[in-house]
Amino acid sequence: MSEGHRIIGRNLRKIDAIDKVTGRTRYADDVVLPRMLYCKLLRSPVAHANIKRIDLSGALAQEGVVAAISGETMPTAYGILPVSEDEHALCIDKVRFIGDPVAAVAAETEHAAELALDAIELELEPLETIGSVEKAINTPEPRIHPGNRRGNIHKLVSLEFGDIEQAFAEADHVEEGLFHYGGNTHLAMEQHAAVADWSPDGRLTLWSSTQTPHYVHRVLAKVLDLPAAQVRVIATPNGGGFGGKTDPFNHELAVCKLAMLTGRPVKICLTREEVFYCHRGRHATLIQARTAVKRDGTITGMHFRTLLDGGAYGSYGVASTFYTGALQTVTYEVPHYRFDGGRLFTNKPPCGPKRGHGTPQPRFALEIQLDRIAAALRIDPADLRLQQIQPANSLTSNYLRIGSIGLAKCIKTVVEASGWRERYGKLERGRGLGLACSSYLSGAGLPIYWNEMPHSAATVKLDRGGGVTVFCGSTDVGQGSDSVLAFVVAEELGIDPYQIRVVTADTDLTPVDLGSYSSRVTVMTGHATRQAAAAARERVRSGVAEKLAVSGEQITFADGKVRVAEKGIELAFAEAVAIAEARHGTIVTSGSYKPPETAGKFKGAGVGPSPAYSYSAGIVEVEVDEQTGFVTPIKVWMAHDIGQAINRSAVIGQVEGSVYMGLGEALMEEMVYREKRNLVHKIPSMLEYKSLTSLEMCEVETFLIEDPDPNGPYGAKEVGQGPLLPMPPAIANAVYDAVGVRVDMVPVTPSRVMAALDAAARGKAPRHGPERMPQVSWPEPTRVTPPWAGGDGHAQRPGSGKQAS
Amino acid sequence: MLVDKITVNLKINGLATELRVPPQKTLLEALREEAGLTGTKHGCELGECGACTVLINGSPQLSCLVLAAACDGAEVLTIEGLANGPELHPLQSAFAELGAAQCGYCTPGVLLAAAALLVRNPSPTRDEIRQALSGNLCRCTGYLQIWNAVERAAEQLRTR
Amino acid sequence: MLRLPEFSYFQPTTIAEAVALKDAHGDRAMFVSGGTDLYPNMKRRQQEPRVVISLAKVDQLNAIEMRDGGIHLGAKLTLTSLASDQRLQAGWPAFAHAASSIATPLLRNMGTLGGNLCLDTRCNYYDQSYPWRKALGFCMKKDGDTCWVAPSSAKCWAVQSSDLAPVVAALGGRIELVGPKGARTLAAEAFYNDDGIRYLNKEPGELVTGLWLPEIAGARSSYIKVAQRGSFDFPVLGVAAWARFDQQQKIAELRLVLGAIAPAPRLVPDLDKLLIGRSLDDRQAIAAAAEVAWRLARPLDNTDQAFSWRKSVVKPYVERALLGLAAR
Repeated sequence: MSEGHRIIGRNLRKIDAIDKVTGRTRYADDVVLPRMLYCKLLRSPVAHANIKRIDLSGALAQEGVVAAISGETMPTAYGILPVSEDEHALCIDKVRFIGDPVAAVAAETEHAAELALDAIELELEPLETIGSVEKAINTPEPRIHPGNRRGNIHKLVSLEFGDIEQAFAEADHVEEGLFHYGGNTHLAMEQHAAVADWSPDGRLTLWSSTQTPHYVHRVLAKVLDLPAAQVRVIATPNGGGFGGKTDPFNHELAVCKLAMLTGRPVKICLTREEVFYCHRGRHATLIQARTAVKRDGTITGMHFRTLLDGGAYGSYGVASTFYTGALQTVTYEVPHYRFDGGRLFTNKPPCGPKRGHGTPQPRFALEIQLDRIAAALRIDPADLRLQQIQPANSLTSNYLRIGSIGLAKCIKTVVEASGWRERYGKLERGRGLGLACSSYLSGAGLPIYWNEMPHSAATVKLDRGGGVTVFCGSTDVGQGSDSVLAFVVAEELGIDPYQIRVVTADTDLTPVDLGSYSSRVTVMTGHATRQAAAAARERVRSGVAEKLAVSGEQITFADGKVRVAEKGIELAFAEAVAIAEARHGTIVTSGSYKPPETAGKFKGAGVGPSPAYSYSAGIVEVEVDEQTGFVTPIKVWMAHDIGQAINRSAVIGQVEGSVYMGLGEALMEEMVYREKRNLVHKIPSMLEYKSLTSLEMCEVETFLIEDPDPNGPYGAKEVGQGPLLPMPPAIANAVYDAVGVRVDMVPVTPSRVMAALDAAARGKAPRHGPERMPQVSWPEPTRVTPPWAGGDGHAQRPGSGKQAS
Repeated sequence: MLVDKITVNLKINGLATELRVPPQKTLLEALREEAGLTGTKHGCELGECGACTVLINGSPQLSCLVLAAACDGAEVLTIEGLANGPELHPLQSAFAELGAAQCGYCTPGVLLAAAALLVRNPSPTRDEIRQALSGNLCRCTGYLQIWNAVERAAEQLRTR
Repeated sequence: MLRLPEFSYFQPTTIAEAVALKDAHGDRAMFVSGGTDLYPNMKRRQQEPRVVISLAKVDQLNAIEMRDGGIHLGAKLTLTSLASDQRLQAGWPAFAHAASSIATPLLRNMGTLGGNLCLDTRCNYYDQSYPWRKALGFCMKKDGDTCWVAPSSAKCWAVQSSDLAPVVAALGGRIELVGPKGARTLAAEAFYNDDGIRYLNKEPGELVTGLWLPEIAGARSSYIKVAQRGSFDFPVLGVAAWARFDQQQKIAELRLVLGAIAPAPRLVPDLDKLLIGRSLDDRQAIAAAAEVAWRLARPLDNTDQAFSWRKSVVKPYVERALLGLAAR
């Protein structure tokens, strides 16, 4: 238990745990309404085509079919980011990937709906498919999005902080490399599901497995042309999210429209294959990284270029692109930094945010590059990192405001625990240790759509019977956010967390929270809830103080009691509430939170800022079979700078889950499409999209580093994403330690390890990875003078800096 | 082709139940849609994830690949029947206390697979636990808190 | 939710009744035992029987007994029971091990010997949903004409992915069949056909009722399954080795079978002159045998893992399987 706290920092059962172990939790597909119809979507069988004709009459004629719709019923475009509203609920003019929905059927049974799909006539005029980043760059036409300005280039960005040329000129050693991070997907256990109910008085209710009910709410109102006040979105407990349920989805709109047309509730539950088509997962990314260092290993400059395979729609892609360049600077000091990033449209399921959003890819390159630098300069990789950690309470060269930073302690902890000093570089051949570090946001500094309102809000209601209810728009996706609300309220009111009722993720009942993404919930709802609970407590305090004629400071709240120690008075919490309610009327308080203003003022400064940054350092020990290339993780040591744990066991669960998912990405998880076969997804199944079973998972020793951050509630920072990031580069670094070759690709598959070993055996560079970076006409960078050089966060005026290289 | 429904008499969580189902209805569908027992989850319906695990005559099996019609005379235990009335099974308590359920979606299946293990082997080693649960994917926990919870429950069951 | 299409369902109680039902319904009918192979395929409309004949109540298929100088295993024995049977573990350890390596513990509680022996051949152009296959215009194994793995091929290259098949072939097992014309047995090797569509040399009306494995003094066996994961996955290569050793621990007789690289398990030929009379210490001979196996293996791009890698690791895994024959 943390000092001064009663609840915060303890190991506590999550408030929804009993429901989850007894099967009582109601997920979206468990919602059953009377007269409910079932919806199925007809999805495009062609990767890129113009729609010539859709004839629904065959489907409508089938037994059990009640309604069938196509794109023209919902002509309004939408998208999660206002800058790329390029989606339609059902395709209108063209289809952009295999799996793009074109029609929806509602029928009395799911089977009837499925059979009806085959009776829909869909005439398509195939177009050339764009299957790769390189092809997208070199094939401006046909454009996947005819309105896109630059052919099939969705976004190009270029930022320069300081003088990168000077940094490289002054360096003693430059590492340059190409890396590829394969695309992968969330694979939440729960398939997306939604149920819509329309009432003739014009009110629409949607239950959906979404991480972002607020954004779904906005999109439903917009696309269905309904007043937002008439639309209610209830996010059911998510059976896992990981970022895969943060976009508004076609199926959510389709069931709403069908409910409105039929006057009956409509349900959809996607098949696993369809979930692969929803995707929005990790962008496959090609990375060119250059890092310049002094002889002693001090970084003088870094230049990253990334090319993201975006898939067919924008989704969060503009943000993803910026994120591949945002967080390189927050772990180690990087005085001069340049980033060029590009996202391409291809005819594949759209990519978006997955755990770590845009940052695991460059982190993979960066942490391998540091390993190479350490080897080249004969410095221990741990020391190389330790000697240049970004200082606490500082501004990075790209204007990210760092509060607490426990990275040094993280590194020292795992170095000690793993026996790194005695064992790194000294294990028998075939065994290796790899170290990597990372950092992640505790929520984004800016909302997805521009507004000045709070990012998170909570209401606390006290009942005269002593009951306490907290209302908040946040969504529990398994990470335990409902419990965080209860623990915070319990801490502030001095009561048992299990007597608190938590009402979340219901746009009719709960104040807005932007959603469960970017690791924002603990920090942002934590602040809002703490504020609301503290206000409720003060209301009780003042009521009791008045009634008992004591000063407020004499009153304490603990153990479900309200006490005035000096007078020997002890009231049950309920009694105190009743007294206060008699004085003040019903006690309902609210709190809200908006992150501090960002330090950067240049275009692009909106991606990267966060109230606080978490830090992780991980070491993995692996065994590499040199005859087959199989890499087996033996053990992971992971230290995570959490600031302050709210609930220790939940935090450890997040660390272990992140390590697990990171190992999966590192070793086997990958979305694969067959470029020569119309871009079909090669393996849209849980059997063939490989994820770790309990036999592949290794033991993890977790260390929580608690250095409270001034910007976190009780000092808390994020944990849900950061500890994933070190795993892929740690695995690659460990493979190098084990067998002396580099695999500069994720996943590190057996065939790639063998390719690297073969290259080494043939006297070539002992590596396997991408060989070239496609040519891109990068824009003139936005130049920003770093804070250390006297910059004010604004871009330099064009022409005031030097010419672009 | 319309096929007649089949009458199936089985015990679900100890309760004698008569189902009238068409042959193609899986046990998973029958439990969720006919018996109202939505605690049994589904993640693929192809036997590739383990979410729909139930006990059929004590044996952990995938309800997505078993016909309800094939369960005549069988005893089926689902997550709703794991607790003894209001008293949680030690596995349920341990899972709740140790954070073994995050999103909770794989949890019913994992619990039933673990329950069968502990009947068969009251003192499983960690490796035996990993083996027994290797047919149940979990995307949240990294399995570690699940293994810990099974170990704790085994210990509690042994000392009861 | 993926659902099964409609079908009629029969639960006969005897082999004769089952075979008669099949005979009556012909091609429209299929037998089902554990259902772990058939039902997913039916949900994806890869197999579309209108009549499903369940063997669940045919208790005659549950036998396990020593007979005729070997062991007889009823087709309905679950993979779990095979993996945990002490006679099999002692006498035919490669077989018990192969059974224990199949799919997952839950699927092994359901899946049966007969089902695994008759496992439909697999291909990641075929093991896909109806809409997925439709997007490519289907493949020759179901509803289409083209083999997408090898478009110029007249033959289907779907892979025999049973873990038991190569082991049973290596052990010299015999498949027991009952059809309308009576009972017969077939050498396991002859049971499999190197064609992804007609992958079993079985009459349409025949039911696999069991397997017989010979017990041979001085014989030892091994099986290595190569897969990404320790559960769920089908093999991307299986190596089954069987040898009889003489008193000096020299190889007197040997069979080496590769699984999961072709539509049928492949017996590696011409090993006798390399290995007969040699001991397992003769690493050169073992390497030479591995070379022969490597030349034989021509995996294609229709399973997990790069197919070039699948070929390249044949050598080390064959060496390991042969070395795994060492007395313990």
